[in-house]
Amino acid sequence: MTVTKTEALPVRSGDDVVRVRQRVRALAVEIGLGLVDQTKIVTAASELARNTLDYGGGGDVRMETVLAGTRKGLRLTFEDQGPGIADIEQAMTDHYTSGGGLGLGLGGAKRLSNEFHIESTPGSGTRVTIARWK
Amino acid sequence: MDRIPILKLGGALIVTIQVDMHDRLALALEEDLTAMIARTGARGVLIEISALEIVDSFIGRMLVSIAAVSRVLDAETVVAGMRPAVAITLVELGLELTGIKTALNVERGMALIQARLSDEDDGHGSDRDRHED
Ligand SMILES: Nc1ncnc2c1ncn2[C@@H]1O[C@H](COP(=O)(O)OP(=O)(O)OP(=O)(O)O)[C@@H](O)[C@H]1O
Ligand SMILES: [Mg+2]
Repeated sequence: MTVTKTEALPVRSGDDVVRVRQRVRALAVEIGLGLVDQTKIVTAASELARNTLDYGGGGDVRMETVLAGTRKGLRLTFEDQGPGIADIEQAMTDHYTSGGGLGLGLGGAKRLSNEFHIESTPGSGTRVTIARWK
Repeated sequence: MDRIPILKLGGALIVTIQVDMHDRLALALEEDLTAMIARTGARGVLIEISALEIVDSFIGRMLVSIAAVSRVLDAETVVAGMRPAVAITLVELGLELTGIKTALNVERGMALIQARLSDEDDGHGSDRDRHED
């Protein structure tokens, strides 16, 4: 798999979340994702960006267009140096929330992506990677 | 601070969401709608979202919470104009718009609200006092 383009954006404010959505949309269009797939990856990105901001205390996102054989994809990595998640299984459970949300962000982002990977270390931060393939 | 304008039409309040919502804007809208339902006795709230390219759990929570408050004040919430790609995505996200009716567009949304109002005029609805302003 080769990375054909890499970009990064900060996720430190509500405005940043809006910018991330816009940039993810543009990259999704660029790799030729259809409207529904664009909407899915942008929605997943919005969920993860908001978590990075609200729970991770801010962080950043790396956005990569990738190529596996002839298949194009978009890979997004959200990273923060926040408190981390002690129980990932619990956090991934639908409707679990520690902050008065709906508890759908992580589970939803996973369902809306083709690939989902989460790593978190309590006390040092969280990294979530998703990918959507054309 | 920015606020989303609320229109009153007959017994309904109409709101068009055109911008990317921020926490403050969402909260302000909820407050404004609540106050206006109480003041006008509106029986329906129509939220037009055809400009929204996505509905994530943040917007979803705002819609559900507006619907819950409206219900307590005896007003029904209708969300109109959701894009098909957004509707498909919502299902996968796992978001259920509990207590919210959906309509293809504003016209049909208004028809839903009007139907409820005329039901009540026929004497089938609640007998709550109406406040016309
Ligand atoms: N980056 C993060 N750092 C620390 N904790 C996190 C992070 N992301 C998620 N969590 C934890 O996982 C829980 C579940 O996250 P999820 O996004 O599924 O739901 P939510 O954000 O609480 O609500 P929603 O996303 O539906 O508004 C959060 O409540 C929080 O406790
Ligand atoms: Mg979340």
